[in-house]
Amino acid sequence: MCDRQVEKTIRLQEDIIGARQAGRDLARAAGFGTVDQTRIATAISELVRNALLHAGGGLCRIAVETTEASATLQVTVSDDGPGIPDIALAMQPGHSTTRGLGLGLSAVRSLMGGLSIESRPGRTTVVTSMTRRR
Amino acid sequence: MRVPILRLGRVLLTSILADLTDDQAIQLQGEILALVRDDRADGAVIDISGVEVVDSYMARLLNETARMIRVMGGEAVLCGMQPFVALTLVEMGRECLEMRTALDLEAGVEMLKATIADRDAGRPAALVPPSA
Repeated sequence: MCDRQVEKTIRLQEDIIGARQAGRDLARAAGFGTVDQTRIATAISELVRNALLHAGGGLCRIAVETTEASATLQVTVSDDGPGIPDIALAMQPGHSTTRGLGLGLSAVRSLMGGLSIESRPGRTTVVTSMTRRR
Repeated sequence: MRVPILRLGRVLLTSILADLTDDQAIQLQGEILALVRDDRADGAVIDISGVEVVDSYMARLLNETARMIRVMGGEAVLCGMQPFVALTLVEMGRECLEMRTALDLEAGVEMLKATIADRDAGRPAALVPPSA
């Protein structure tokens, strides 16, 4: 069951701000507090920037699912870029192939609590989610 | 969006009032550095009270700006960080932000002045050119 869903195309730097704002708005509507909204917005920022830098863009889907007991916000960022050659290496804090801090993926994992990556040349999909009790 | 940079004595003040795109952030970095050089400012206080997201890219850019100003002989202080931004930065990794920080603009200016005074006081006498 999916309560609300937003899809954002990532092509420009402005889209990074648009995507994280959309994530913050959805999170707020689902009852996540300010700290969680910021964690979610920051994680989205890291993921969509990766898609923009490494693949020239992609798609960011943010979905909220609520049950009686909990609300879960899931972020899925996919792109059709070259893929991540070594996922384990990419997850390590400090690893960077661009000019970042190299904290991107490990930051997402610590901010959101979990991260799953599927990647091959031509298709990379990164999924992360956060759940709160209602 | 252009971020204005003000001058208070020998200190540059800039207040980022909204989230910046990557290019806007780089442009601001360039403008601060140019002003430190051209206006012979002692340093810059950067207020980020209007910034809701500091991701690893923004953190790197801020660190880099501070380091560049220091290399040029000045100092930089970051101030006004929202509590939830501070929390995400801590969670992202301990070494994420290496800049000196102050609670608000006023404290930031004081810190910058104190840092420069300390540094100048500690400068070895040998570096002062001998009077002929």
